[in-house]
Amino acid sequence: MASKPPDISGDTLPVIEPGHTFASLTDKISSIVLTGRTPLFWYITFGVGFILVLVLLFCITAVVAVGVGLFGVMIPVAWGFAIVNFVWWIGIGHAGTLISAILLLLRQKWRQSINRFAEAMTLFAVACAGIFPLIHLGRPWFFYWLFPYPSTMGVQPQFRSPLVWDVFAVSTYFTVSLLFWFLGLIPDLATLRDRATRRMPRFIYGMLAMGWRGSAIHWHRYEMAYLLLAGLATPLVVSVHTVVSFDFAVALVPGWHSTIFPPYFVAGAIYSGFAMVLTIAIPLRRLYGLEDFITLRHLKNMAIVMLATGMIVAYGYLMETFMAWYSGDIFEKYMMMNRMFGPYGWMYWILILFNILIPQALWIRRLQTKPWVLFLIAIAVNIGMWLERYVIVVVSLHRDFMPSAWGMYSGTVFDYGVFVGTIGLFVALLFLFIRLLPMISIFEMRELVHEEEARGE
Amino acid sequence: MSNGTESASLPEAAQSTAGGREYWRSLEEFAGTETFKELMDNHLPRHAAAWTSAMDRRDFLKLMGASLALAGVSGCLSPAPAPPDEKIVPYVNQPEEIVPGKPLYFATAIPSEGYGRGVLVESHMGRPTKVEGNPQHPASLGATDAITQASVLGLYDPDRSRVISNAGRVATWDAFFSALNAELESQRVSQGAGLRILTETVTSPTLAAQLQEILRIFPKAKWHQFDGVGGDYVHQGARMAFGQPLETVYRLEEADVIISLDADFLLRSPASLRYAREFINRRRVPGTSSEANRLYMIESTFSLTGSNADHRLAVSPSAIPQLAKTLAARLGVPISAEQPTISPANEKWLGALVKDLQAHRGRSAIIPGEYQPAIVHALAHAMNDALGNIGKTVFYTDPVAVNATNHAESLRELVRDLEENAAQVLIMLGGNPAYTAPADIDFAGHLVTSNFNVHLSLYEDETSALCHWHIPQAHYLESWSDVRAYDGTVTIMQPLIAPLYGGRTAHEILAAVAGQAERSSYEIVRNYWRGQSQAKNFDAAWRTALHDGFIAGTAFSSRNVKPKPASGFDASEPERANSAAAVKAQNQPLLEVIYRPDPAILDGRFANNGWLQELPKPLTKLTWDNAVLMSPATAAKLGLTYQVGGTGGEHGTIYADVVELEYDGRRTRGPGWIVPGHADDCVTIHLGYGRRRAGRVGTNLGFNANALRTLDTLWHGTAIAIRKTGAQYALACTQFHHLMEGRDLVRAGTIDEYHKNPKFLMERKSEKEAPATLYPGYKYDGYAWGMSIDVNACIGCNACVAACHAENNGPVVGKKEVLRGREMHWIRVDRYHRGEPSNPETYYQPVPCMQCENAPCELVCPVGATTHSQDGLNDMVYNRCVGTRYCSNNCPYKVRRFNFFLYSDFKTESLKPLRNPDVTVRSRGVMEKCTYCVQRINQAKIAAEKDDRAVHDGEIETACQQACPTRAIIFGDINDPQSRVSQVKAQPLSYGLLTELNTRPRTTYQAKLRNPNPEIENG
Repeated sequence: MASKPPDISGDTLPVIEPGHTFASLTDKISSIVLTGRTPLFWYITFGVGFILVLVLLFCITAVVAVGVGLFGVMIPVAWGFAIVNFVWWIGIGHAGTLISAILLLLRQKWRQSINRFAEAMTLFAVACAGIFPLIHLGRPWFFYWLFPYPSTMGVQPQFRSPLVWDVFAVSTYFTVSLLFWFLGLIPDLATLRDRATRRMPRFIYGMLAMGWRGSAIHWHRYEMAYLLLAGLATPLVVSVHTVVSFDFAVALVPGWHSTIFPPYFVAGAIYSGFAMVLTIAIPLRRLYGLEDFITLRHLKNMAIVMLATGMIVAYGYLMETFMAWYSGDIFEKYMMMNRMFGPYGWMYWILILFNILIPQALWIRRLQTKPWVLFLIAIAVNIGMWLERYVIVVVSLHRDFMPSAWGMYSGTVFDYGVFVGTIGLFVALLFLFIRLLPMISIFEMRELVHEEEARGE
Repeated sequence: MSNGTESASLPEAAQSTAGGREYWRSLEEFAGTETFKELMDNHLPRHAAAWTSAMDRRDFLKLMGASLALAGVSGCLSPAPAPPDEKIVPYVNQPEEIVPGKPLYFATAIPSEGYGRGVLVESHMGRPTKVEGNPQHPASLGATDAITQASVLGLYDPDRSRVISNAGRVATWDAFFSALNAELESQRVSQGAGLRILTETVTSPTLAAQLQEILRIFPKAKWHQFDGVGGDYVHQGARMAFGQPLETVYRLEEADVIISLDADFLLRSPASLRYAREFINRRRVPGTSSEANRLYMIESTFSLTGSNADHRLAVSPSAIPQLAKTLAARLGVPISAEQPTISPANEKWLGALVKDLQAHRGRSAIIPGEYQPAIVHALAHAMNDALGNIGKTVFYTDPVAVNATNHAESLRELVRDLEENAAQVLIMLGGNPAYTAPADIDFAGHLVTSNFNVHLSLYEDETSALCHWHIPQAHYLESWSDVRAYDGTVTIMQPLIAPLYGGRTAHEILAAVAGQAERSSYEIVRNYWRGQSQAKNFDAAWRTALHDGFIAGTAFSSRNVKPKPASGFDASEPERANSAAAVKAQNQPLLEVIYRPDPAILDGRFANNGWLQELPKPLTKLTWDNAVLMSPATAAKLGLTYQVGGTGGEHGTIYADVVELEYDGRRTRGPGWIVPGHADDCVTIHLGYGRRRAGRVGTNLGFNANALRTLDTLWHGTAIAIRKTGAQYALACTQFHHLMEGRDLVRAGTIDEYHKNPKFLMERKSEKEAPATLYPGYKYDGYAWGMSIDVNACIGCNACVAACHAENNGPVVGKKEVLRGREMHWIRVDRYHRGEPSNPETYYQPVPCMQCENAPCELVCPVGATTHSQDGLNDMVYNRCVGTRYCSNNCPYKVRRFNFFLYSDFKTESLKPLRNPDVTVRSRGVMEKCTYCVQRINQAKIAAEKDDRAVHDGEIETACQQACPTRAIIFGDINDPQSRVSQVKAQPLSYGLLTELNTRPRTTYQAKLRNPNPEIENG
């Protein structure tokens, strides 16, 4: 492990600020959980998140009790905010596993200080995403009919439907991500167990650490299992959003029926995932004083990944437009004209601005290491990607084949309530995580310190 | 996109939204008070009134005690009176053959604005559920219109009046009868000088005989008539031309050229179903050797008939009599009229028209509109005479309406009598004059001052509220009566069910006036016909008449008459008294105004019928509202625009500018609506809205046009001032987009093109071969159901939509949900325009489920809730549906409908018997769509299997097919090459919708062929 990590940018920024010892970094990270006082901003942010969770619960209760008609969905736009948000959240949920699994396999050491909370973010994003397909059902209490359980009636799901594939893709992804995250936590849980001074935390962390003692055998098994899970998770990163894109690509709606969707969706997912990691990491490193661990090098690397995936997304937009013209199909052509100049045209141009034009600033090297610039760009990308899904889902549906059935869609109070509510849920879960678990992988950071020392000697 | 101004400017209209919205969902709240009222009505009628008056504590406790004691008894008592011992005759099966689950059909007739249309009513175990046309009846020919279809909902309407009331308090029939007798006693002295009877148009021979009997007993009594939708100009015109009121009957099958002078004969005529059939029969091109007919329309408002015309001239209403005179003069009718100046374009149009008419002497028909003044009718008669059409395409018979009078004059006279207190006892049989009478005569105001008045009505409406006595009327499906059709054919109306709420018929009221309160209408009608019958065996003749649904040979024979010289017409024509209605504010633009009954709810009589309210009106596709209709140019002049709502939008909410209308000092407000093809400088307002006491559904919807009308300007007025208010109002429009966006949805051409090359439409459009596939197609052994819809035959009348709703237990969702684009019709009639907005061509296309063989919806359903049947139906499994709505997204035709809320009313008791027991009532959260009436298919298949035979072609008729007046829909087995549907699909005009998507739709279309006059078309 002494080899120097390949420097993808050819940059010399450190992945951990020099001067840290095993003890100093363990102290620093574990103190946030164990000994540090909970800062005021934590209470404020968690409080806001929690209130929004209550909004979410209220809206879900109302929708289940009264009917899905409380949402703005109608004929022809039978999918609205719920599906837009689902795709958006699932997309966000891509960065964590990508950082953990793919970058692990590619031996990108800089991933080690961001993988933990990126994975947590993934889990919470997928949890938020999972709410939507459920509550947008006309009869949500029958959601389990999408699973192939041994029904006494002998009926099974209809396996030609991409929605069934979705069920498998998302549930597998969630399960593997959870296992991966938990496995990665075990050595750190043991550290917390060892450092906890009170009985209760020591007991809980002890239970969760599953008897980790840090023996060589433990480490050997651990590394093997982690690598295997990484191998398992890697195809999932690609498969989940591919399957999500099938929801659209398999249908024959103009604007959906497109073979470019799988790669374009995956790139978009990584794009929005990294944007969300930046959105979270930049304030956190500042607030918790973690600039030493999440360095400008990390931010720079993530910015570059964003730029790269953003260009793939741009290519996707370009190809969609080109194919609409090249196909000669009047429905495709109309769809594209409507997307650009129809009643929702403003959305298209904002998304082009936010997803394509603004991130071009990342070509400027100076800006790659300016945290506040990156933060603003990441926010723009988050909004832009949400709009992209809105344009794909709603704007394609609202004017399809029969002009007589065209209609307009807009979200209702309940649509916004659930959306904002899931953001609240996400924030609340994230802050609980920060408070209760080490947000940066302690043991992997120790490795980095070790390597730094080795290099320094 | 919020619309805050809406409620500020239109408070009454904003409430209307609430009325419509709450129709099916607030019933439980209502049920509490209703149950209580019913209990009181039935068991404590005298005390019920006490609840509404002040009372002291002792009385209250006494009442409490009594009602509590009786509360337990209520379950034992039947609220309806015991059914009388009257025999009604089933159409097909003997009553003893009643098999649960098997409906019986009974023949009767629906009195539609007084004129009968024969129907067969489906009865499940004694409850009527569906109305179909009677194929043997001349006015029906097996078809129905939307109103007939919806009439069954009217029967079960929970808002129908349930009790006799005296000044708002519950009373009994006996109490009414003794009160009436007391009044009549005093009238007897004066030979009935103060007795007035007000009816709508009467064609019932029995009722006529009863009225004559009363007029014999009370020689000085007067019988007035006022019908909210009838103008009676037809008879006045005939009187002008022939010196006597006559009914005009057209034989359109014989007519090559038809000129309509504002006559909406395809929708609004006592014979509209027959005329529509005859008109379209001459346009079904393949298979007929005879020349297709050509329809020229001269009108102001864009009517359904106008939208089906080959050529249409939109002129302001005041110009129509002038044009009629010009036309008459050119056709050689000697008329001493100054020739008005005609624009060169119209000149050319008229020239071509005259040439066409001259070339078809004896094979043309000129039809005057029922709301046109008498002179237009008289001129039309003269023109038909000049063209030699009388006796060939145009026939005259005795008037069907009894004692045809000028309704406006009749009402004016009645009001004058009320004013002078000459009318002391007023008996109103049906109608709602307090609402329908024009504002200037203040009928309601005079009504409250009269001594004694009685109102027989289905609802406790605006008129009932002002009357001393209100008597619940029996619905036509509950009544014994008789009625004449447009040609005089009599139908004995037999009840399908005992009156649900103890309603009475007009016969029983008149019998009471004649001093025979105990006589039932069965007895009255039967006795009348016993007197008329020359048959040896009256019982047998009676049974035959009931069974057949009409009395054979009662049609009037045509009379050999000739119109008077036309020079005599003008003198007798009173000029329309529009000049009096000068508006004070002269700086405002003055327009002409046209009042018309609403296409769905007429003059408001069906305002409480949710099916009709939610039926998209033929051209505007508006629901739940009326509007001020005007041409694009007029709207531009007034500065009116639309705003497409962000929610629903083109398939839901349109925010229209509200205008204020002022006529003769009276004002009202309503939303403006642009109708391409409307004549410039005039507006059309549909009646029937702005009801204040219509019921839960119909109250406070739209605005009341009667507030502007005067008795002199019942149907046309000049000099109405219109001002934009700046407010906006949300209208629920189910199809706002009128363009096809260059898509190949309705294929259209002309008959000439077709004759040159029958395949021209297929060649013009690059018909793609079905995409290649590696897999062999599914082989349909046995039946393969398919449908063909003839766009050429569709007149856009909505009968199919209403029939489908009635057959398949469709829910009413209310205006708020239609605004969101969530209406639940399984079949919709798409309307497209082509050409200049000032005078466009119109195309109608009914769109049910296409039942695709490669159904995109089936592929994407995650739970297999929509699957393919062996005979090719795309089935919906409601109880498997979880409601992902993916199927709807993937349906290129967008024919799937989703229960976003619990739209079906599971609570209201009176609506339960209405349901078709063969069709699931859908619950919340499931998708639904057209099934090709799978319940009918399965019934026929079961019947065929029992007989060990195949289903005959034509044995299965879908509900839409059965109702269609023009037989535009054909259904059958496409595996049988001999079936009609197979043969139609093999014709060169047959095409599928969006077949390039490889959906392989089972529903296909027949292209539209117009028959324009080359002289007009090419110039």
